Amino acid sequence: MEAFLNHKGLVAPLDRANVDTDQIIPKQFLKRIERTGFGEFAFFDWRYLEPGVPDPDFILNSDRYKSASILVAGTNFGSGSSREHAPWALLDYGFKILIAPSFADIFRTNCFQNGMLTITLDKDKVDYLMGMASSPKYSGYQLEVDLESQILKDGNEFSEKFDIDPFRKESLLKGQDEIGRTLTSENKIDSFESSRIDRW
Amino acid sequence: MKKTLFEKIWEPHVVDQIDEDLALIYIDLHLVHEVTSPQAFEGLRINSRTVRKPNLTAATIDHNVPTSDRFNIKDPIAKKQIETLRANCKEFGVPLYDIDDINQGIVHVIGPELGLTQPGMTIVCGDSHTSTHGAFGALAFGIGTSEVEHVLATQTLVQKKPKTMAINVNGDLPRGVTPKDLILSIIKEIGVDGGTGHAIEFRGDAFKKMSMEGRMTVCNMTIEGGGRAGMIAPDEKTFEFVQGKKFSPKGSNLDKLMDFWTDLYSDENAEFDTIFDIDCSNLEPHISWGTNPGQVAGINSYVPDPESYSTPEEKSNAQNALDYMGLEAGQKISDIRLDRVFIGSCTNGRLEDLRSAANIIEGKKVDKNVRAMVVPGSGLVKMMAEKEGLDKIFTESGFEWRDAGCSMCLGMNPDILVPQERCASTSNRNFEGRQGKEGRTHLVSPEMAAAAAIEGHFVDVRNWK
Ligand code: SF4
Repeated sequence: MEAFLNHKGLVAPLDRANVDTDQIIPKQFLKRIERTGFGEFAFFDWRYLEPGVPDPDFILNSDRYKSASILVAGTNFGSGSSREHAPWALLDYGFKILIAPSFADIFRTNCFQNGMLTITLDKDKVDYLMGMASSPKYSGYQLEVDLESQILKDGNEFSEKFDIDPFRKESLLKGQDEIGRTLTSENKIDSFESSRIDRW
Repeated sequence: MKKTLFEKIWEPHVVDQIDEDLALIYIDLHLVHEVTSPQAFEGLRINSRTVRKPNLTAATIDHNVPTSDRFNIKDPIAKKQIETLRANCKEFGVPLYDIDDINQGIVHVIGPELGLTQPGMTIVCGDSHTSTHGAFGALAFGIGTSEVEHVLATQTLVQKKPKTMAINVNGDLPRGVTPKDLILSIIKEIGVDGGTGHAIEFRGDAFKKMSMEGRMTVCNMTIEGGGRAGMIAPDEKTFEFVQGKKFSPKGSNLDKLMDFWTDLYSDENAEFDTIFDIDCSNLEPHISWGTNPGQVAGINSYVPDPESYSTPEEKSNAQNALDYMGLEAGQKISDIRLDRVFIGSCTNGRLEDLRSAANIIEGKKVDKNVRAMVVPGSGLVKMMAEKEGLDKIFTESGFEWRDAGCSMCLGMNPDILVPQERCASTSNRNFEGRQGKEGRTHLVSPEMAAAAAIEGHFVDVRNWK
């Protein structure tokens, strides 16, 4: 996993609540056995009228958001299935940071595992960002994240501190392989196992 | 210290406390299926790692498998995924319940059937409905593929300790009202993200009286309320269920485990972070009208008016859902006409579910405008149902009788809806496109699905002939 350095990027708004993983990546694309190449299928059913024909009404198809790397969305983003294909698709599409009032648990963990940052903010703050990113007046609206100091800001008025587990933060900053880290305490796993009751 | 059921399972599984919230916990059982595992095995290979405990791991093929003519998989990518799982299980020594095995089936149906699922365990699977196994008083939850790889390599998982929630259900379920109706009404009450970050314990007499199958239905859908895990304290019914199966503990192991199991309940006055009290004595059969499992209504009510919601967000959610579902505000729920009926899935694809559906339709014919199918949750369910003659009842009524798999719960196999087709489904998700692009899903109990198949629209099974 790559280390997460500070990030500045264009913001795209997706003003819907409960965007589920079936929407982020529909099941017909889960049959691949690789981790890469899912970006072209992200939001497939919303994005295309039919395969190859983008729906001009879908917000992310607008030219303005083509190079967005930060997505602002409604509550309970990533609900539903545990498919890690959802963060793989978003990452491959170009999103590095997701901002919402809340995220589904499994989805959130899956994002961390792939070096993506999920930022949870109060709904009024998210609404503010959604407004800025949607407003024709602020075309090119960008946000900047400083992970070390846990600050999200737009270089003007908006500046917010966000929460993150210290362990997750460290893992992101170092781009650490979680399995490798766990294996350094293998002796603890060994001794745990020797005290276990055999079940079958 | 008074402890909750959750704490009594969590604490003895902590291998290492990483920081205040996060712990490395030991995993007792890891279930694997074809869709979320190939990248995990590939990761092991790239880093020259092995599966630490193949005997605590079990794999099956369920999502992709066709439910008729199943040895002839026509979709080349599905076939490749299945073959990849076979090769991975062979290479890493993981037991596999393959398509030709009587124990093949939906991963959450076969775990309990094999006796793999037991009280007090930590159970994970790369599938959000792993919460099903909480019905046995286990801590069971879904994980992503990177975590699957982590468990394969280390038999442990880095987890944030969830908060605890008690859902106290008072009263008895009225006649004709099922565990499915109860969980749908609970999700409506707490909201689709009400349980986020929590391990939920379902408590109350209604659960004590409920069969193990019913408890599995309830815990299965905990994730639809955002819950990290759902659980019900084990009792005599649980202990009886887990015995006499292929992997049931025996002899002195069983004695030792029994000591642990009989202590698995929340102590009186144990503290929960969040508590909900729900009364179920007047509950009626429930149906989802929208595109998330919290958008549900009773059979005798009407499709709600988006304007009746208080926040702009809820209004627009409801409006989007009605547009997608092709429904009008104020329409009578029982007037909704159906094209398809699907009975199956890890929510309602067990023997008891099939029995109750068969009981409803016996001697009647499926409406001429409806195509109805029954898909048993596992090979074993199918075999037992056929022994009882349930297959005959279904086929004589006009239902298709299929082979075990996830089938139309998510349509990764040939069983899908065509655009605008409307389906009464005993599965767990009514998300947009879940059963096929632009397909319209209404979640119901097996009884309600069966009666709807006969009438061609929803009816109240409680006073239906
Ligand atoms: S039956 Fe449906 S919910 Fe259950 S495991 Fe299969 S696809 Fe998932």
